[in-house]
Amino acid sequence: MEPLTWTGSLAVLTPILWTAAAAFVLLAAIRLIAGLFLASGDTVTQPDGTLSMTRGPLETLDLATRWAFYVILGVLAAFLVGGAVLGLGAGIIGGMAQRLIPVWIALALVIGVSLTFRRRLGLYGKLFGSTIGSVGFALVMFWVFAAFFGALDMIVTHDPLAQSGAMKNEVPGTFYTKMIGDIDEGAYPYYLLGGDNLGRDVFSRMIAGALVVVQIAPMATAFAFMVGITLGLPAAYYGGRLDTTLTFLANLILAFPVILLFYLLVTPEIVATGIPTYMAAVMFVFPIVFFTILLNSRYHTRPKLRLPLLIIVIGVLGWLYLSLISKRFGVLEVLPRWLDLFDIPGGILVVFVSVVFVNSPTVFRIVRGLGLDIKTRDYVAAAQTRGEGPWYIMLWELLPNARGPLIVDFCLRVGYTTILLGTLGFFGLGLPPESPDWGSTINDGRKLLAIYPHPALAPALALLSLVLGLNLLADGLREESLRD
Amino acid sequence: MAAFILRRLGVMIATALCLTFVVFYLTNLDPNLEKLAKTQGNVRMTDEQVDSWLAARGYDRNLFVKYGEWLGVVPGYVTQLDDGGVRGRCFGNADEVPPGAPSFCGVLQGDWGYSTVFRDEVGSIVATRLGLTGKLMGFVMLLMVPMALLIGVLAGMREGTRMDRSLSSFSILSTATPEYVSGVILITVFASSAVGLRWFKGTATSAMENATFENFFLPVLTIALFGMGYIARMTRASMAEVMQQQYIRTARLKGVSFRNVVLKHALRNALIAPFTVIMLQFPWLLNGVVIVETLFNYKGFGWTLVQAASNNDIELLLGVSVVSVFVVLITQLISDVGYVYLNPRIKVA
Repeated sequence: MEPLTWTGSLAVLTPILWTAAAAFVLLAAIRLIAGLFLASGDTVTQPDGTLSMTRGPLETLDLATRWAFYVILGVLAAFLVGGAVLGLGAGIIGGMAQRLIPVWIALALVIGVSLTFRRRLGLYGKLFGSTIGSVGFALVMFWVFAAFFGALDMIVTHDPLAQSGAMKNEVPGTFYTKMIGDIDEGAYPYYLLGGDNLGRDVFSRMIAGALVVVQIAPMATAFAFMVGITLGLPAAYYGGRLDTTLTFLANLILAFPVILLFYLLVTPEIVATGIPTYMAAVMFVFPIVFFTILLNSRYHTRPKLRLPLLIIVIGVLGWLYLSLISKRFGVLEVLPRWLDLFDIPGGILVVFVSVVFVNSPTVFRIVRGLGLDIKTRDYVAAAQTRGEGPWYIMLWELLPNARGPLIVDFCLRVGYTTILLGTLGFFGLGLPPESPDWGSTINDGRKLLAIYPHPALAPALALLSLVLGLNLLADGLREESLRD
Repeated sequence: MAAFILRRLGVMIATALCLTFVVFYLTNLDPNLEKLAKTQGNVRMTDEQVDSWLAARGYDRNLFVKYGEWLGVVPGYVTQLDDGGVRGRCFGNADEVPPGAPSFCGVLQGDWGYSTVFRDEVGSIVATRLGLTGKLMGFVMLLMVPMALLIGVLAGMREGTRMDRSLSSFSILSTATPEYVSGVILITVFASSAVGLRWFKGTATSAMENATFENFFLPVLTIALFGMGYIARMTRASMAEVMQQQYIRTARLKGVSFRNVVLKHALRNALIAPFTVIMLQFPWLLNGVVIVETLFNYKGFGWTLVQAASNNDIELLLGVSVVSVFVVLITQLISDVGYVYLNPRIKVA
């Protein structure tokens, strides 16, 4: 069978795309240089008092650049829509667009609903007012949905771990064959993005790798935030010796080269001693402490509500906590097996712990800085005069007023955590060697990079687009939250 | 000022002591020592043999004593071997204790120990590798700092214009591209023999002796790109803030040309914040150095760190961490002192 081309029957559009792209780059460059020498068009006052602008050379250039850009977008959209309809008839891009149909539908639904109700959605709704923010949001949600539907087995074309001797390092669009055994009935006929050095499907591995990132990165960042907030607020509020000690400890961790820390924490020998599990046992207490103090400080004046609330929260979180840290045959076996809800695979837990450990001190510093600023405000003094307790002031007066910068930082930090996870995979630390996460895949692919770039390029671009999306999202949020 | 620096130096030394102790503790855990014994001695050693191997090299003693020996505040061990000879930390294997042998040999005496992987003195390894990485970093700084400042100043001098938006998008893109991604893309585009342009080389091994544009540009660009975006964004923010100050408006109103306002009035004040950022970038650059040196096979400091860490080479690892921790702390100190020096509004008691 013939290998697939990139665009298949839509190849007629390719020259248009390249022409438009070349024109766009050229026009943008000319516009930039011309902008230094030419003045923009004259403004003329109309008899009715309005201003009108004559079209000078700069405005014409602007218009042409914009049209070139619209043509590029149009052709790309045609590739995606046509591909989703035609499927493999439209080449590799068509095949991918068709496999991703559930993602397109979900994306369209979410964005459509959000746009309809944007006035009522607060900061989230305002996000759609900025182009940068919307693009970032779309990129992030694309990967979230890709990971979600990939986990439901709706997108992946082949088993991400299955190897085929005949497909080693084959280029994108190669017809799927096997050296030994027959091909299953109904198996997808192509390796859309080629095969890697063990003959695994690069496209399926890329989608499966998204799940690893989408599962770990936001969770780990959330944990880092709980640790950072629970320690940072008292450091800022009380100051004094507590502040000095905690800041010293935070700086201590920050002065450590991240990679050295990973190497020291994530090697199998250290994992065997159980140190990461003990660290997990300490760090995962923070969410329980955080929520207990949060609710207790608010409701301690209403014992009838507080008691059941705290019992439920501590009970549920405590059970989750114990199931999380207790591991059969591990160093900590606290819960009997029938009570243990789930076992996190050792590698994932260690990666999780080290990522939280590296992120917490930075969050601590940010929270402390914000807290030092906000605690001088009048409403804090008012709360003190009312006789509120220190934890109430910290969690219900300081924290809500620091939420803007914290939300922005959360988005940035999820991106940074994604980069860290990739770094861990790149050095082959923590996650199992055949794991499809993007860092490990890049690491596998880099040895033959000069000859077969595609196995490393696909996850690299995937990681780039996700982190870019998170950065754009953070930028859009920052812009929109500063506006009011 | 002197008191401030002294206090910072004190904190620095305390930090370095704590961190090296953590590294020492983690590398001296039992499973790590067992792995060390098996890689250095014999893979099929029994548990007793492992114990005696470790005992002969002084690994089986109290952690604090060992740390003190490494530091040079506790006299080095001397053990009797089975064949009648002696083995000491400061002189190795001998028939009897040599007369001139020092009793203390640690970091304070300038003895950084012996690398079990490279079979060489740690001090000389770290020095040569640091030199190689210094070369890499020098070029990175030469490329990164002027580019980043230029981008940031151009973007920040007229906020919200087309120039600002395109340059800001570029800096966001570059902060979102970690080294292992940009390295892969750059190698594919510029060095791959299958599809690429073949302008540059995909490895930098030959650059260790003889760095040329062809074999050295890609690694330098890879590190510079990731750091550039962040510095550019900070410079842009600081420039945009300065451009809104009263004195800029005054200068514009009294008829100073825009070029002179930017160059003479704004630039100096706008560059105070990026200075600290550049200095605080060093820890991150160290991270990038490790990735890039692994990716391009350039055997510098970062590559040594990976080798030492993956082989549990205790003394080399300690040497490497001391150096990197001091690099981080000294750049922090320079950044603080420089900030005070550049910004006359801040006084440190």
